[in-house]
Amino acid sequence: MVTSLVAVSDARSATLRDAMGLGLAVGLYGAAFGAAADAAGLAVWQAVVLSALMFTGASQFALVGVLGAGGGGPAAIGSALLLGTRNTLYGVRLLPLLEPRGWWRRLGAAHWVIDETTALAVAAPDRRQARLAFVVGGATLYLTWNATTVAGALGAAALGETARAALDAVVPAAFLALLWPRLQRGYPEAAVQRRVALAGAAVALLLTPVVPPGVQVVAAAVAVALAGRPRPAAVTS
Amino acid sequence: MSGGTLWTVVLVASLGCYLLKLAGLSVPSAWVQRPWVTRVVDFVPAALLAALVAVQAATTDDRLVLDGRLAGLAVAALALAMRAPFIVVLVLAGATGALVHVLAG
Repeated sequence: MVTSLVAVSDARSATLRDAMGLGLAVGLYGAAFGAAADAAGLAVWQAVVLSALMFTGASQFALVGVLGAGGGGPAAIGSALLLGTRNTLYGVRLLPLLEPRGWWRRLGAAHWVIDETTALAVAAPDRRQARLAFVVGGATLYLTWNATTVAGALGAAALGETARAALDAVVPAAFLALLWPRLQRGYPEAAVQRRVALAGAAVALLLTPVVPPGVQVVAAAVAVALAGRPRPAAVTS
Repeated sequence: MSGGTLWTVVLVASLGCYLLKLAGLSVPSAWVQRPWVTRVVDFVPAALLAALVAVQAATTDDRLVLDGRLAGLAVAALALAMRAPFIVVLVLAGATGALVHVLAG
């Protein structure tokens, strides 16, 4: 009995530590996002509203990336939504773990369904820990992400010309950092991910001179065709 | 783009992304977990993020442009390969971009 209580509290503190550690680490991305939003010509308030309401990093970066490249509204919204589709799959995986009771809880939980909270909840040893990881990770991340967005946007707005050049180089590096883990050995089908990524970049560069700005980013989704048919192993997982 | 249009883009995209999240918690899983749907969703981020890397690093308007951004990207890739933390990657990329800007004057 005593040992099981100790084990439970150990698991609980490990869950809390992981969730809060991840929340704080990912907060740095919020500062990069705030800076990127400012570089793209968004007002500080618009960056803040994106972090508070959209709250899904890759989509936020894509929206300001397309706008910063001179893209129109439909291309910016389209790229954000395409990157947001994976959150739908995360929701499907989280539903049996979270079992939100009633519509209000479901509506609230949905807002925090992102890469990091899904990873935390799925990695937790049981359902109780999964819920704890989701809530604590989600809350920590939400608070840090929004606070660092404000800091990044305000900081970037105060920059001079040379610092602007630095920021221009930071934005593509931030996208590369988001992409990087998917290309590494150990990620499912990393070789196929690399092929799709190269093709996506090639399609975007080839289309740049001939399509309105931003459209080449959405069009790069055709590179997914290189992934080929679903594999039997992937179906069962 | 006017301020009002920009706000519309921000709010419509935010609502759309929220509804995508909510859909996962709300629709029967069989609707979503079709093999080809999961296949596409698994690979869309690689295609789009790589496209954004390329566009942000090597284009201005409708032209290919080689400047400090590409040098910064190369340094970032090197730092990522050496498992540098995120903040170090960004600082190195930014410093490279600024250096090229100053040298190219």
